[in-house]
Amino acid sequence: MTATSLSRRNALSDRIERLDRMVEVREFEDRTKQLFADGVVHGTTHTAQGQEAVEVGLAASIRPTDIVTCTYRGHGVALGLGMLPEVVLGEIVGRTIGSIGGVGGSMHLCDMDVGLLPTFAIVGAGIPVAAGAAFTAQVQGTDSIAVAVFGDGATNIGAFHEALNLASIWDLPVMFLCENNVYGEYSRYNLTTRVEDLATRASSYGMRSRIVDGQDIDVTVEAFTEEAERVRSGEGPVLIEAKTYRYAGHSRADTAPYRPEGEFESWLERDPIDTFAARLIAEGTLDEPGLAQVRERVAARLDQAIETVLASPEPDEASMFRNVWANH
Amino acid sequence: MPKARMRQAIVAALADEMRADPTVVVFGEDVAVAEGPFKTSEGLLEEFGPLRVRDTSISEMGFMGIAVGAAATGLRPVAEIMFIEFLGVALDQLTTEAAYFHYLSGGKVRVPLTMRASVGAGLGFGLQHSRTLEHWLTGTSGLKVVSPSDPQTAYGLLRSAIRDDNPVAVLEPRALYGERGEFVPGDEGIVPLGVARVAAEGDDVTIVTLGQTTSIVLGALGSASWTADVIDLCTLVPWDRVGVLESVSRTRRLVVVEQSPWSGGWGTDIVAAVTAELFGELVAPPIRITCPDVPVPFNPVLEARFLPNAEEIIRQVDELIGTGKRPKPWWERRTS
Repeated sequence: MTATSLSRRNALSDRIERLDRMVEVREFEDRTKQLFADGVVHGTTHTAQGQEAVEVGLAASIRPTDIVTCTYRGHGVALGLGMLPEVVLGEIVGRTIGSIGGVGGSMHLCDMDVGLLPTFAIVGAGIPVAAGAAFTAQVQGTDSIAVAVFGDGATNIGAFHEALNLASIWDLPVMFLCENNVYGEYSRYNLTTRVEDLATRASSYGMRSRIVDGQDIDVTVEAFTEEAERVRSGEGPVLIEAKTYRYAGHSRADTAPYRPEGEFESWLERDPIDTFAARLIAEGTLDEPGLAQVRERVAARLDQAIETVLASPEPDEASMFRNVWANH
Repeated sequence: MPKARMRQAIVAALADEMRADPTVVVFGEDVAVAEGPFKTSEGLLEEFGPLRVRDTSISEMGFMGIAVGAAATGLRPVAEIMFIEFLGVALDQLTTEAAYFHYLSGGKVRVPLTMRASVGAGLGFGLQHSRTLEHWLTGTSGLKVVSPSDPQTAYGLLRSAIRDDNPVAVLEPRALYGERGEFVPGDEGIVPLGVARVAAEGDDVTIVTLGQTTSIVLGALGSASWTADVIDLCTLVPWDRVGVLESVSRTRRLVVVEQSPWSGGWGTDIVAAVTAELFGELVAPPIRITCPDVPVPFNPVLEARFLPNAEEIIRQVDELIGTGKRPKPWWERRTS
């Protein structure tokens, strides 16, 4: 059976598939970086390594009919939600197989089959838009919810505060998921924010909040599932702060020289993939050969994806004139 | 034909669309309980209830974003920006998100949102509440821009805007909200987007107007020694090239009357396009009658001087026809 984004999404009910997907995100970003280094791709990209347990955990916790907005650091969310690697990579490389045919690039992914609105290259912009999707659910009386995924840096922009306030006064079914990956662009978040826990900002809006260990997918799935169902059942919006870590610099050009010595290494000790793999083995859910198989499976899938993408044609001139206007 | 004030025509358009389509919702600052600072949502809360008619906090960035998300997922939101200047803090959502969502989704997502904003000078609101700011919006592919000039166009353009599957900015001249005029309600009263309205017909010159300048030009015709085609653009993006070119190819003179600054005003596009297309056929240089490149002054005498007026229009067109040369705008004739 050919995988679709929806079938890949539904597969995440299985914990080994969650491990597989986290490994996929990790490896996908390595491949992406290599394609840039090889000169196959131009422009820039923002990788999600280190945040896999948050992003795959979210995908395993909400329904494909729920709406998600996320940022330009979106490869992990997109793959997590189910998008096919060749479709994400195709967009990053700028080929017709890409999610929008190569006219968007790394920062602009979209797949409405799994609820992903076009990802946002403007910090914070997706936060009120998710509230708007929740507004639709409320007006139409459906039980869909919306999720805004954003970073610590976005909690300092007006859109965050305005969206939280409006969502709160209107009791919108929206989950605000802050991935606190410690860095907003090139700045450590304590240099730009006075509060240690960003979740405390919810109290200004009379909104409940929760802090979650973002490096443990069993924890994220439990927490996100519980919060999503509370939101769905009409308890109003929630702000979740997932404590995580951005393994790379802000973008391709940033080698993150500003990181304190030893910080990255200490986060690596709690690497979400290693931690989860070790637990699955300790539980007897997986054994070492099984883990090796997961890694081989992912590598083969990504080899195939790269081959498919590189064989995919460049978009023609006409494609830049398509979809500029609706119904024209 | 019934007469109504422009603000009442707007209420009628909103109510008609809300009755016809349950996905139409209205929100903005003080639009529900207070029925709008310009009374453009009178009775809507009562008829349609608090789920579909809502007051927002003073959060333009937030509620424009909500409009984008709502439009992308199945509603037809009408978001009111009280004064167009307030769009400054929310511009991202309109020009960088709403306008591009269709493109960025490979055509899968539509954003049928309507942004209504009051625009323009003449009411003594001071320089931060008196601009028209079309040029903030006109350079973005994927975003339509319209501006009504009377109750009929206010009604008909708004209904078309709400029905359109693209984001549409509706710029309502606030000085006209209280103006009365005849208007046809119902489906016959719908004004299609992208089609200019011939507000007067004549032979000597084509005068292109938008919004508030339309009635000023029409008012000037009575004391003019020439006759003019007055083309009320109604839609600025996409503007009616066919209609304008057809008229100018007949009159061979083009005057654009704008309530915009000399620099960057929307008329530059019209003049450039017409000049390129009809260069050899024109008997005079196309000109623009605009506001000067200064902030909108508060003092009533100065504010009136700032705006294009009938006397200046007559003088400019007289000179253009008489000399075939570009007349100096009033601020270039100043001696003090």
